[in-house]
Amino acid sequence: MFGFILRRLIVTIPMVIIVVSLTWGLIRLAPGNFYTGEKKIPPAIEKNLREKYGLDKPWYVQYGKMVWNIVRLDFGTSLKYEGQSVNSILARTLPVSATLGFLAYLLALFVGVTAGTIAALKQNSRLDYSSMALAMLGISLPNFVLGPILVLIFSLTLYWLPPTRWGGFPSLNLILPVITLSAVYMAYIARLTRSGMLEVLRADYIRTARAKGLSEKAVVLRHALRGGLMPVVSYTGPALAFLIAGTVVVERIFVYPGLGTYFLNACLNRDEPLIIGIVAFISISVLIFNLLVDIAYGFIDPRIRY
Amino acid sequence: MNEDKPDIIDEPARTQPAFDTLGTPPKAPIRAREGDTIHPTHELIVGEGDVRTAERGEGEFIAGTSLWKDAWKRLLKNKLAVFGMIVVAIIILVSLIGPPIVKAATGYTYDYIPSENQKSYPPFTAPDGSFSWTHPMGTDNAGRDILARVLLGGRISLMVGIISTIVSLIIGVSYGATAGFLGGKVDDLMMRIVDVLYSLPYLIVVVVLLAFFGGQSALSQLFLLFVALGAVSWLTMARIVRGQVISLKNQEFVMAARATGVSNSKIIFRHLVPNTLGPVIVYATLTIPQVMLTEAFLSFLGFGVQAPLASWGSLANDGVQNIAIFPWQLIFPGVTMALALFSMNFLGDGLRDALDPQMRKV
Repeated sequence: MFGFILRRLIVTIPMVIIVVSLTWGLIRLAPGNFYTGEKKIPPAIEKNLREKYGLDKPWYVQYGKMVWNIVRLDFGTSLKYEGQSVNSILARTLPVSATLGFLAYLLALFVGVTAGTIAALKQNSRLDYSSMALAMLGISLPNFVLGPILVLIFSLTLYWLPPTRWGGFPSLNLILPVITLSAVYMAYIARLTRSGMLEVLRADYIRTARAKGLSEKAVVLRHALRGGLMPVVSYTGPALAFLIAGTVVVERIFVYPGLGTYFLNACLNRDEPLIIGIVAFISISVLIFNLLVDIAYGFIDPRIRY
Repeated sequence: MNEDKPDIIDEPARTQPAFDTLGTPPKAPIRAREGDTIHPTHELIVGEGDVRTAERGEGEFIAGTSLWKDAWKRLLKNKLAVFGMIVVAIIILVSLIGPPIVKAATGYTYDYIPSENQKSYPPFTAPDGSFSWTHPMGTDNAGRDILARVLLGGRISLMVGIISTIVSLIIGVSYGATAGFLGGKVDDLMMRIVDVLYSLPYLIVVVVLLAFFGGQSALSQLFLLFVALGAVSWLTMARIVRGQVISLKNQEFVMAARATGVSNSKIIFRHLVPNTLGPVIVYATLTIPQVMLTEAFLSFLGFGVQAPLASWGSLANDGVQNIAIFPWQLIFPGVTMALALFSMNFLGDGLRDALDPQMRKV
């Protein structure tokens, strides 16, 4: 187990470096530069700028510096948000995005697992069909359509909930963004749970559990769910990668000062240190989460040994 | 779906005891159902799935059921899939022939900006507020007809979906087939790479790519989208094809090909890949809506299709700015897109159940 974790962590570092190098390469290969704008810059100022940001050095020196920054987890200073280090921006925006993503995934898990289990228990009933059709709708309805429609209904017509803006952790402002973000995952998780549970409910050990006279509740909650949720657990890794993309959209719709908003602005502003910092940070956290999921897998399914 | 099982022709034999009480041997099982004409000679056995016609008697042909015919029958039984198929067909047809019709009927094209009245009108409303058929979906901020733009958006979204899926198909099938066929350490390494790629936030890299290289011209932007989306959506395809190839590669026809000296690459692409077609088609139909959704995501963020062209995602992006005042600007493209994706997903699911019942999730 310990060896497994160590091996995975060792693989993680080059993976992060590869993603970041790809991003860095893209930024550098693109025509133009961050200081080129509509106004022409005098050559003397351009020379000073290049010196200040180390652009006059050969590319491998710049690349090495970038990698070194990542290794020691210090991503330098933002180009556009003057005087702010990338780390301080990360520290400020991460709680917003993390709250949003975490709550959304929790909601998706709760609703998805419940709906999927009920659908599996009542297979081929009207309840099963309607919840699966609803799940399909959830998969097909893009979150940037769902979000504004929810805003239109609940904020602009009924005046129940605030339409946009970040309002701290326990606040009404979170309800609509969290629902918007979690809809797709809810739908996926419901479908995965349903198919997983259907498979498990036919297994011999469930028949044994029923035969020894356990209540249906105990059979489902204590025995079947554990096996039936395996597909959901293995979906967590890919889901996380998509959750981040979803957060970008939701933050844009609801004007949240989160990681996604800053990432988009950084891309538009060619704010290289900030882009690299966010990409590196996201890659590291995604890979670490995947590792945690794999470890959790081992606990849930005792057949898996590392 | 018990009707789908091949008829068990020796049913009567089963009900008989193996031995008579008197020790007489059991009757020979009846090999055909009642009412069948049994031809004593010249009869070819109709296999399942591969024989399209078989000769029996003199010059008389009977049709066998091919895999595709079987699948088609199963598909037609699935109401949701048929619904999906019809809606997808309508959407494709309408986005192909719609723009010229709209132009002929109302004189509006997707990029026509009227010289006056440059403001957003609700659906079915003329500039003076009375009822009018000119703009069934209203107009956008510049006075452009939203119906014409939604139709164009359909064209572009479908095109991006289909072409990017083809790109992902080419990458995924070659990668998966190669990994599955070579096996061993190479396979391990190749699949490990896929596992790792699965969990990477590649969309973030795609955003960077489009932000830095996009925006030169509408056409180069589209090309960039095809490649970028295709390059990130091949992973599941590679896994599926690999699994298929592994189950096929030890069969006799591959051995025969190898014995006659066919090269590895030819075995993979001429012998193995055609045999994986069923699952590949199924997964490709499920990839198209996913790619369209990703394209819409990128266009919504402003990195995808650029004006004056439009995709459903970029139209939604335009609409979301004015959601409070002009909700129709978002609702029409958004609902059209959701309907299209919804039906495509149902069609894909139905195809999966029909073409490959084993893949069906119970």
